[in-house]
Amino acid sequence: MRALKIIRIAAWGAVAIVGGVLLAFSGILPGVERPGAVMSSTATGVAEIGGPFELTTHGGKTLTDEDLEGKPFLVFFGFTHCPDICPTTLFELTGLLADLGPAAEQITPLFITVDPERDSQELLANYMTSFDARILALRGTKEQTDEAAKAFAAYYEKVPLEGGNYTMDHTAGVYLFDAEGDFAGTLDLHEPRETQLQKLQRLAETAA
Amino acid sequence: MILVKALTLGLVLTAAAQGALAHDYTAGPLAIAPPWARATPPGAPVAGGYVTITNTGTESDRLLGGSSGAAEAVEIHESTMTDGVARMRPVENGVAIAPGEALELQPGAAHIMFVDPAEPLKDGGRFSATLTFEKAGDVAVEFAIVPMGATPEAPQNHEGHGAAASQ
Repeated sequence: MRALKIIRIAAWGAVAIVGGVLLAFSGILPGVERPGAVMSSTATGVAEIGGPFELTTHGGKTLTDEDLEGKPFLVFFGFTHCPDICPTTLFELTGLLADLGPAAEQITPLFITVDPERDSQELLANYMTSFDARILALRGTKEQTDEAAKAFAAYYEKVPLEGGNYTMDHTAGVYLFDAEGDFAGTLDLHEPRETQLQKLQRLAETAA
Repeated sequence: MILVKALTLGLVLTAAAQGALAHDYTAGPLAIAPPWARATPPGAPVAGGYVTITNTGTESDRLLGGSSGAAEAVEIHESTMTDGVARMRPVENGVAIAPGEALELQPGAAHIMFVDPAEPLKDGGRFSATLTFEKAGDVAVEFAIVPMGATPEAPQNHEGHGAAASQ
């Protein structure tokens, strides 16, 4: 037991350095938690939706890129095994859509899961009851999810963990697309609420 | 007798008042600010837990993990955001709390992960959990549940917040 304890202490000592680095790193993160760093570089030209996709809503309906033609929409990627940014984004969007009033009717908000393995349609349907009913949670097969990620120039990756578990890395920004299907910027949930509402208002107005 | 009764009443009232508010905890040199969690959507497979722990002692300690009747497992995870990509990893060997420093577990950073909550966390509710430290051992705490997207009204990052350490 004593030997084991010494080994454990030695091991902890070794990871203390790593832990310290991680902590120091995490300390500066809230300040740089700005969605859009990935997409902003594409705002110059590759902004249009890059290709077709087909997913299923949490209500069981098929939604394709063609369904979004002529409609402003916003999209973000996430998964329900995400304790913080994903539910918070859905929650913030719920509040913004409410404050936007009738203009919100023009916007189709989309939440695409990057974890269709665990995020079943049933789970999503239950999960989404906490949020604005206009927000559509979308899922597809691995291939369909790949296709959707490609269409929105989003990144995601399954990362295996010890014990057979896994987690997902994913692009976390909220991307706005106007009625023409052109990329219209990002919504930064840390910027003033008034700014976010103005962005959504402008987005809604692109609907002819 | 009257004095005893008055004292008892005082204690009861104090306890009642504290019940309505968040608790500070002390475990040796560790001062633990009121732990909190956010309400979760129904069916959510995880919930985040947040707390600030100040080490007022002279030796480093580590938060190793914990347990709770409210969830299948209690782990420590680290969230990061780099170039717009969100990542989260379990922290296998806990996180250090250096002497004189505060460990801030908060959204978007290192946090406690309640895996498979028994039921959704409801705004205004509370639940019990045990935090396990390398040196301070097991500490029973209560997490107060705040609304989705919210942070508790009391600042969590005040230096020496509630740091009445009994050495």
